[in-house]
Amino acid sequence: MGIDRATVDHVARLARLDLSADERGRMQEELTTILDHVTRIQSLDLDGIEPTAHTVPLRNIMRPDEVVPSLTQEEALANAPAAEDGRFRVPRIVEDA
Amino acid sequence: MTVAATGTYTTTIGLEIHVELNTASKMFCGCAVAFGGEPNTRTCPVCLGLPGSLPVANEKAVEYTIKIGLALHCDIVGASLFHRKNYFYPDMPKNYQISQYEFPIASGGWLEISNGATRRIGITRVHLEEDTGKSVHAGGSGRIADSEYSLEDFNRAGTPLVEIVTEPDIRSAEEARAFVAELRAILESLGVSDVRMEEGSLRVDANVSVRAEGETEHGAKVEVKNMNSIRSVGRALEFEETRQRRALDAGETLVQETRHFDERSGSTSSLRTKEYAFDYRYFAEPDLVPFEPSEAWVDSIASTMPELPAARRARFASEFGLGDSDIEVLTASPAVADWFEQAATAYGGDAKKIVNWIIADLFGLLNEAGIELPASKVAPSALAELVRLIDSGAISGKQAKLVLGEMFTTGGEPGAIAAAKGLRQESDAGAIEAVVDEVIAANPEAADKVRAGQQSTIGFLVGQVMKKTRGQANPALASELLRNKLS
Amino acid sequence: MAPELTRTSAHDLADALGEDEVSAAELTQAFIDRAGEVEGSLHAYLQRADEDALMAARASDDRRARGEPRSRFDGIPVAYKDIFVTRGITTTCGSRILEHWVPPYDATVVDRCSAAGLPLLGKTNLDEFAMGSSTENSAFGPSHNPWDLSRVPGGSSGGSAALVAAGAIPWAWGTETGGSVRQPASLCGVVGVKPTYGLVSRYGMGAFASSLDQAGPLARTVADAAALLEMAAGADPMDSTCIPEPAPALLEGIDGGVDGLRVGVLESFGDAEPQPGVRSQVEEAYTRLEKLGARLEPVALPSFEYGISAYYLIAPAEASANLARYDGVRYGYRAEGADIVEMTSRTRAEGFGAEVKRRVMLGTYALSAGYYDAYYGKAQRVRTLIMQELERAYLSLDLIVCPTSPTTAFRLGERTADPLAMYLSDVLTVAVNLAGNAAITVPCGLSPADNLPVGLQIIAPALGEATMFRAAYAFEQDLGWINSPEGRPPL
Ligand SMILES: [Mg+2]
Ligand SMILES: [Zn+2]
Repeated sequence: MGIDRATVDHVARLARLDLSADERGRMQEELTTILDHVTRIQSLDLDGIEPTAHTVPLRNIMRPDEVVPSLTQEEALANAPAAEDGRFRVPRIVEDA
Repeated sequence: MTVAATGTYTTTIGLEIHVELNTASKMFCGCAVAFGGEPNTRTCPVCLGLPGSLPVANEKAVEYTIKIGLALHCDIVGASLFHRKNYFYPDMPKNYQISQYEFPIASGGWLEISNGATRRIGITRVHLEEDTGKSVHAGGSGRIADSEYSLEDFNRAGTPLVEIVTEPDIRSAEEARAFVAELRAILESLGVSDVRMEEGSLRVDANVSVRAEGETEHGAKVEVKNMNSIRSVGRALEFEETRQRRALDAGETLVQETRHFDERSGSTSSLRTKEYAFDYRYFAEPDLVPFEPSEAWVDSIASTMPELPAARRARFASEFGLGDSDIEVLTASPAVADWFEQAATAYGGDAKKIVNWIIADLFGLLNEAGIELPASKVAPSALAELVRLIDSGAISGKQAKLVLGEMFTTGGEPGAIAAAKGLRQESDAGAIEAVVDEVIAANPEAADKVRAGQQSTIGFLVGQVMKKTRGQANPALASELLRNKLS
Repeated sequence: MAPELTRTSAHDLADALGEDEVSAAELTQAFIDRAGEVEGSLHAYLQRADEDALMAARASDDRRARGEPRSRFDGIPVAYKDIFVTRGITTTCGSRILEHWVPPYDATVVDRCSAAGLPLLGKTNLDEFAMGSSTENSAFGPSHNPWDLSRVPGGSSGGSAALVAAGAIPWAWGTETGGSVRQPASLCGVVGVKPTYGLVSRYGMGAFASSLDQAGPLARTVADAAALLEMAAGADPMDSTCIPEPAPALLEGIDGGVDGLRVGVLESFGDAEPQPGVRSQVEEAYTRLEKLGARLEPVALPSFEYGISAYYLIAPAEASANLARYDGVRYGYRAEGADIVEMTSRTRAEGFGAEVKRRVMLGTYALSAGYYDAYYGKAQRVRTLIMQELERAYLSLDLIVCPTSPTTAFRLGERTADPLAMYLSDVLTVAVNLAGNAAITVPCGLSPADNLPVGLQIIAPALGEATMFRAAYAFEQDLGWINSPEGRPPL
């Protein structure tokens, strides 16, 4: 089960990874190798077998609606690559490329 | 602007409504939920999406969502699950939104709107998710399109958000407006949200499509955004409906797009975004375990449900004998309805009188003062007392208006105010009879006309009695005495 | 007590402190000195906190002097894999994208161990975001195996394993997603534990694959590993998936022996045919367990061989979402870009290493429209299959044993060119993570083929830790390898 270059490009865009041309080439080969291996699960008969998302049999774990202290503005922005007026500064927002 | 179109068309509208819950803390962390405030002062590792942080669901938010589901006649699912909705946006700290997908908390309900005829609008689903932060667009006009850069504030990020999706059952802009108004009243009476559209705690998006009569398949779906008041929902969708009809009349083909409503021009304009297929890669949120509300819990929530607007309207008709127009005005806001009900109960008599005083007089004073009824100094019981004073004939309706004005400014008791102003009405037959005799003596021609059966002239004589008593005589009593004496 | 502090177990150090034979400051200094000797060869630390650790040690000594309440292990230093968030101490997750991130909070594990009085000596090296089996995927260079510096310590918790093996720290924390504690522990000849999913809070652990991640202790002795686990385990209101029960008592009855325990021996390995040297060592271990009174019988777990396939779909899928937050907006590395899409895409391309990008791509693909059912959906069903198979096995078994790793420590660079070969290092460990079961690796001597450590894996059902530790302890005590001259790496 291979993966073509167009799919690599599409997935890279979804994942927001600006990969170079040869990175994409290598990615295509490596993903194909890995997918060839994992595709063996296609041969299993899984009819009537429910998917497992959680292994702990817990249910209804919730917290009471209580307010706890927040970080200060300084703490919140301490690691910001760029900030202005107490806010995180980001380049112009455009729709997904 | 909205010129009627010539062809006959069917309009199909579906709404997607986001409601911010008014819980004390956020959906998945303990940061406070509030509007505005200094930017980034209500964040923590969880709602900032810091490495290693984990969400824990707010029980109250789940309870509120079940409440909304029950109010909209939905089925509450036995097992619900949160999913991750994956897409990048700088106001979304984790670059995925914890939302719901296959197993929303509530689904398959309906809401009745009465706009002329009563119609039932299907509710597809009611699910719980987290809100995003807020972007401020700097440079340019402040609109995202031509801004130079943006600034992110995550105070709102993680606020509990309920998404309500309707079936495409709505047939006109007016029905859409009515639906949002009714939903807003329901949410307000449930007390689960501030429902302030201008503050974004109630956000409405609509999918509008128009197709020619007989045409079987739906027209191109147009998504309309940025409707910031119930009124603008009506205006925006009416504009959009007409725009699409006119386009079809002109033989144009409509394209699927997202359009932005502009409050000032009252028109919608295309956002011209690259329409590229989103791929949200939903999968079950591994950080949150499944959620199975017990029947006992759902029942206990159901038992705490307040009377909803529809039921209350029915009761106002049966219990107080009010007409539809009065009921609509009173129940537009639960607070007003509560106030009316207290006054009417305190009064005990014909509630219509209370309604008239609220609508005809109190609302006027409130508008001038620019305040809401609950905030006024006039207590419901005080209005009831005022009406009783009129009934007993202690003061006239004219005088009562003066008293109400005083009550509104000082919050005083009507009886005391009337006394202090020397406002009273003479209802002692003996005292009035003397004046009546004087008036008959002073106006023989008029008296004769009445004796001759010209009842209309009694009005003139009553006027004379009122003049002599400087308005304090009870006019009803005066005309009764005149009639007896001149028959 | 033992002449050498740095070869002494945490239990014996605790006793020595109790007897005032040594001070916390002295023994902390001893481990700082030892780290100084070996760090140049191992490159196992990413951050050192020597000064703070000594301060914490002196505070511990003051508590002892004043007779204030102290935990049993108060004053014994610890190190954390650099994926545990530490307030005020740079936490990188082994990635350039977090190179200078200083967290405003502590992970629950760190919080509890600090509350117990354990001085934090440093943050250890790992494969970037715990994605790897050799530490060669660390953005800051690989660590080395103290048994042979030309070989990997295993991974992703390789830094912790190397330091414990070299006696530079009595014990350390690592994390597991598919074997990241057990495999390096095995390759470095120390004890490593993968607890039941939900036994230890994940709060403050940089997330790789949320439904698989678990914190796990590494130590030179089974009892020390049990003690460190007990210290941090138990309910945490900050983690919805953490079992809301108090920590189990793991030391109590640890010396109960294996008499009568029913132990299944895994015999078919699919892709994971162990090296002869590994096989001979674990077979000796089986015999030893039998001699100690365990009832051995063969067990077949055919779906195990599908574990790697399911794992390499589920883990990358969850990772693709967990790592989406590294976008250059709120913290971490940011590349230049004219608009948000360009900035974020460059930040991630420059900030993530090759393996992380590979898995983010794989996971994004496995979840994307049209492929979900064939990949992620199917993998989650295989996961159910593996759980059911293990549950059936536990009907007649208390524990299951097999090698921890099919090979001993491999050479640096040996598998970097071939991602799949690297993935197959986890073939005997991933099934345990997929099923949320517990497992431990205990050294069972050196492979006669290359004189490198071999680990025996003991697998237990969910919350079967007590029995698991009992068996591991009995085996360790009878073998007596760890304190023998042979159990000491050359470094
Ligand atoms: Mg939504
Ligand atoms: Zn928060």
